[in-house]
Amino acid sequence: MTSSTIRPASDYPPGGDAFRHRHLTGIAQLTPWEISYVLDAAEEWVDLNRSGAAKHDDRLAGLTIINAFFENSTRTLLSFEIAGKRLGADVVNMHAAQSSVKKGETLIDTAMTLNAMRADAIVIRHASSGAVQLIADKVDCPVLNAGDGRHEHPTQALLDALTIRRRKGRVEGLTIAICGDVLHSRVARSNILALTLLGNEVRIVAPPTLTPPAMERMHVTTFTDMDEGIKDADVVMMLRLQNERMDGAYLPSAREYHALYGLTPKRLEQAKPDAIVMHPGPMNRGVEIDSSIADDADRSTITEQVEMGVAVRMACLDILTRRQRGVPGWN
Amino acid sequence: MELKPLHIVNAQLVDGDTPRAGSLLVAGGRIAALDPTDIPEGAETVDAKGQWLAPGIIDLGVFATDKPAFHFGGITRAALMPDNGPLDGAGLVERAAKGGKPDLWVHPLAAATKGLEGRELAEIGLMKQAGARAIATGRSRIADSGVMRRVLSYAASLGLVTIIHAEDEGLTAGAVATDGEMATRLGLASAPAVAEAMAIARDLALVEETGAPVHFRQVTTARGLDLIRAAKAKGLPVLCGITPAHLLLSDTAIGDFRTFARLSPPLRSEDDRQACLAAVADGTIDVLASGHDPRGPEDKRLPFAEALPGMAGAETLLALGLGLVRDGHISPGRLFDLLAATPACLLGVDAGRLAVGQEADLILVDADTPWQVDAKKMAAWAGNTPFDGMPVQGRATMMWKGGLRIR
Repeated sequence: MTSSTIRPASDYPPGGDAFRHRHLTGIAQLTPWEISYVLDAAEEWVDLNRSGAAKHDDRLAGLTIINAFFENSTRTLLSFEIAGKRLGADVVNMHAAQSSVKKGETLIDTAMTLNAMRADAIVIRHASSGAVQLIADKVDCPVLNAGDGRHEHPTQALLDALTIRRRKGRVEGLTIAICGDVLHSRVARSNILALTLLGNEVRIVAPPTLTPPAMERMHVTTFTDMDEGIKDADVVMMLRLQNERMDGAYLPSAREYHALYGLTPKRLEQAKPDAIVMHPGPMNRGVEIDSSIADDADRSTITEQVEMGVAVRMACLDILTRRQRGVPGWN
Repeated sequence: MELKPLHIVNAQLVDGDTPRAGSLLVAGGRIAALDPTDIPEGAETVDAKGQWLAPGIIDLGVFATDKPAFHFGGITRAALMPDNGPLDGAGLVERAAKGGKPDLWVHPLAAATKGLEGRELAEIGLMKQAGARAIATGRSRIADSGVMRRVLSYAASLGLVTIIHAEDEGLTAGAVATDGEMATRLGLASAPAVAEAMAIARDLALVEETGAPVHFRQVTTARGLDLIRAAKAKGLPVLCGITPAHLLLSDTAIGDFRTFARLSPPLRSEDDRQACLAAVADGTIDVLASGHDPRGPEDKRLPFAEALPGMAGAETLLALGLGLVRDGHISPGRLFDLLAATPACLLGVDAGRLAVGQEADLILVDADTPWQVDAKKMAAWAGNTPFDGMPVQGRATMMWKGGLRIR
């Protein structure tokens, strides 16, 4: 069902007009066709990644990609690293979270340092909303946002959209419930933007203490009742709940959260019979999601999301470096 | 110092609602006569060439003694907030008061509590003797209602107004923006606008209880202004102020994480902004101030939530105020009530009006000449203005402090 969703190249504007951005700082900057362009490009890499021993393409050979992670991450960092390496780039990881680099003018100084090292692309994760934009404004090469504070995590939204499109055959006209700690979640923000932009009905299911203000302005409906919120949904997207949210400030306890908002098989019966269950990982099994659902390959897309992550990041790195590489039509 | 009498002719005097043609005589550092007929021998004559002659601006509540910015902005007196230091002792107050000599009046606002920590009363009486003109709670409010009540009654017994920052700290903890679409889209921690009204409500109850006079330095929400309006109708001794930023900008100005628009209190919704404009027009708001708080790149060129709040406002205060006149919100006379007369009254200084016997702190205002705000070319020691690039009209062209020409 995958190839039928890919649009022919002639459907897109020619060359660089198909994706008119120097950086990928957020979904907010993208048009629906640009999202679909990235998803189509990613399909190609899914095939390569599944092709057995030689999962390699050398189009980024000679380019240097720096993964500058100012906040700890395992899977996103690994995913970007693999993506860069499969495209033949020299990938360097900078774990700024463990060094003395914390904040202040040093953030800009660090950016200038990376710039002076003539990186060809910089992937950044930072704990502060807007930090990636701040760096993008200062450097000469493309910058990819790997998560900034509560603001955006665009590659996560793109990989989620690709996963949905492959499982459901489309990523429009669906009812999608995003459940959990929306307030602190950049994954939720990017997904709300991407999925509404693509023409889906997006619902937010969260306790009121974890629902951001003015959600109606984001074109979503909010629910505080989980059963009601996931009723007849095509997609149930769970969010990770950080342990520190369950210490009484936002939620009374983990067990109360599980009782009211945990995704159990019983609760999932409210959704459509063929509904898929997503989770950006890492999961708190037994808190926001029951193991029996997480491990149900028919329902859960969790490992597929990880797989799509590499493909989407390969597509983003390829597209954003086309100008430097002098690809015809991209100048 | 012997000062020659000064005769300013061919001016438009701002001593009523609308500027009127006239002249003014200064002798002995004070305003000696309006439209004088008897000009003393040897008086220096200045031709105002039809420009407005207005009282020098008294900027109530600035965070730095930034003379070049004040002089550019036509500000002859600055009431200095106690936060740097903090100003919680007589010696510090005395030194701050001298910080503007010889060409700027600095009126220190004494810290209401020791270290501005909101726990113990500061030596308010001694600071008054050292030159403090009012007391202030600083950048935040006094959380403990018991302490606040004692501060109010104690300051009132000394004849001092308490200047209050009104935000409920429980609601605003960690927040860097006002709840709304903008904060949600940017992923910034935000607080409900009602945090302001809640703080105002508590303090108004204490004012009613103690009879102490207060000034809410910035009231920026419709609900906060409604409370002030009701308190005034009851006859409570309450004043409130605002900066041009909250009159002219809403929270959309923080888009793209512009840290120059990170203010305290944060910028509000468009509805609140409209309510503020209405409150300036209907007389609920008494004071227009710059909130001058210059911040260099080390404080501002940071991710939004890590940047410090504050704006460099002294240079743009007059021009943006003139914009309110031009847009029909207020009259020229009312503008200078907001900028000078009411602050003077609050501080208990003989200035702020064109009237015989007042200190001759005067400015000539070219009300129309256009210019553009440019963050890179500010007189202030930092260019953190949220109005960067904005075209404005009007500026001070000449200034006198106590009859002495300083610009």
